[in-house]
Amino acid sequence: MNFNATLIGQTFAFVVFVWFTMKFVWPLLLKQMHDRETRIADGLAAADKGQKALEEAAVRHGELVEEGKQHAAEIISQAQRRGDEIVDESKSNAKSEGQRLIHAAEAEIEREKTQAREDLRKEVATLALAGVEQILMREINPDAHNDIITKLSSEL
Amino acid sequence: MAAEEGTLTSNEYIQHHLQNMVFGKLPADYERVDGQVLEQAAWTLAHSPQEAKDMGFWAVNVDTLGWSVFLGIFFCFMFHRVAKRASEGAPSGFANFVELMVEMVDKNVSDIFHGKSLLIAPLALTIFVWVILMNMMDIVPVDWLPILAQTLSGDPHLYFKVVPTTDPNITFGLSIGVFILIIFYSIKMKGVGGFIAELTLHPFNSKNIFVQIIFIPFNLVLEGIGLIAKPVSLALRLFGNLYAAELIFLLIAMLGYYQLPFHFVWAVFHILVIPLQAYVFMMLTIVYLSMAHDTH
Repeated sequence: MNFNATLIGQTFAFVVFVWFTMKFVWPLLLKQMHDRETRIADGLAAADKGQKALEEAAVRHGELVEEGKQHAAEIISQAQRRGDEIVDESKSNAKSEGQRLIHAAEAEIEREKTQAREDLRKEVATLALAGVEQILMREINPDAHNDIITKLSSEL
Repeated sequence: MAAEEGTLTSNEYIQHHLQNMVFGKLPADYERVDGQVLEQAAWTLAHSPQEAKDMGFWAVNVDTLGWSVFLGIFFCFMFHRVAKRASEGAPSGFANFVELMVEMVDKNVSDIFHGKSLLIAPLALTIFVWVILMNMMDIVPVDWLPILAQTLSGDPHLYFKVVPTTDPNITFGLSIGVFILIIFYSIKMKGVGGFIAELTLHPFNSKNIFVQIIFIPFNLVLEGIGLIAKPVSLALRLFGNLYAAELIFLLIAMLGYYQLPFHFVWAVFHILVIPLQAYVFMMLTIVYLSMAHDTH
């Protein structure tokens, strides 16, 4: 065991290394680790929050689905009702339209009947007149008796 | 290895391994080990243990101090690199290891040391990692680095002691640093008077002032020994453990090819000793400083 100046060199080196660690290593590392600690804690808290939000969202989701189902059912029943109404309406419409057509046809028939009778009457009058004319040709002056013929034909 | 070096006896082999590479000044008219006489005083490397002794105090163990400083710089560099890359994200690889160390040291310091000090924890970290690194050099097979150094320097008889903690200069250098801090904290916390009182008024104490004066020398001797014993035991414990282990590695290295299993077994066992001694050094440093820090 010779002691020599290595002792002093080592002590000096020791002081320098401790100083270096104290200044440039330890505080940085400790700060870094504390920062990470808070970050991890924050992250865990955020994860918890997210979990909670997810649960709430799941509940809300269930509610929405339920609501949607109800709404859909309502819409379907409404549509059914409306369909029934439409069917009824068109039934009655068709009925009244048919009625109207029947009436129109009847009126047309009536009108044609009247027309035909009118024509017939006119023709009969003409025929009668022709006959009368033939008969009276010789003894009646058409000019003198024209008023009687006209009166007769209007009476027919 | 002894067989390869041929002429070396096992005794010489071990002695060669235990001799430091000493750089110092030899006086004028000094007859060197090879018979050459120096005309004037010269700074040189010692070529024998006797020359190393004759260089006196102002000589340096180039090998152990060099390795010690190199490992210290290595420690500072590696840890600073991790510390500088301030990332809050998940640490990986070496950063994990560094943080493990820091956490362990921080926990131990806060468990033992109750004052508030910016110095103690970094001090403990430096001691722990640095001493581990220095002890680790013991795991490197005993002849590798010396033979490498001898080849590189071209001097086949170059002394090259690799494990810094097997050099008492190194361990005492550390413990002197701790000792200075013990005295510094004692005086800082208790004042000069308080420190002196602590050394002279315990353990024997009397209300009678004349009796007390008689007690003072005894107290001083007891407390003084107690105080000095701290750095001495700190340094000698580390030195003794590593020196003994190194010696056993040397003995194993002389077994020829049989050394391989023995070396492996002893290295495995020694892996337990390495961090344990570093841990003990660190813990005792913290304990001593916390004792110095506490006021009674």
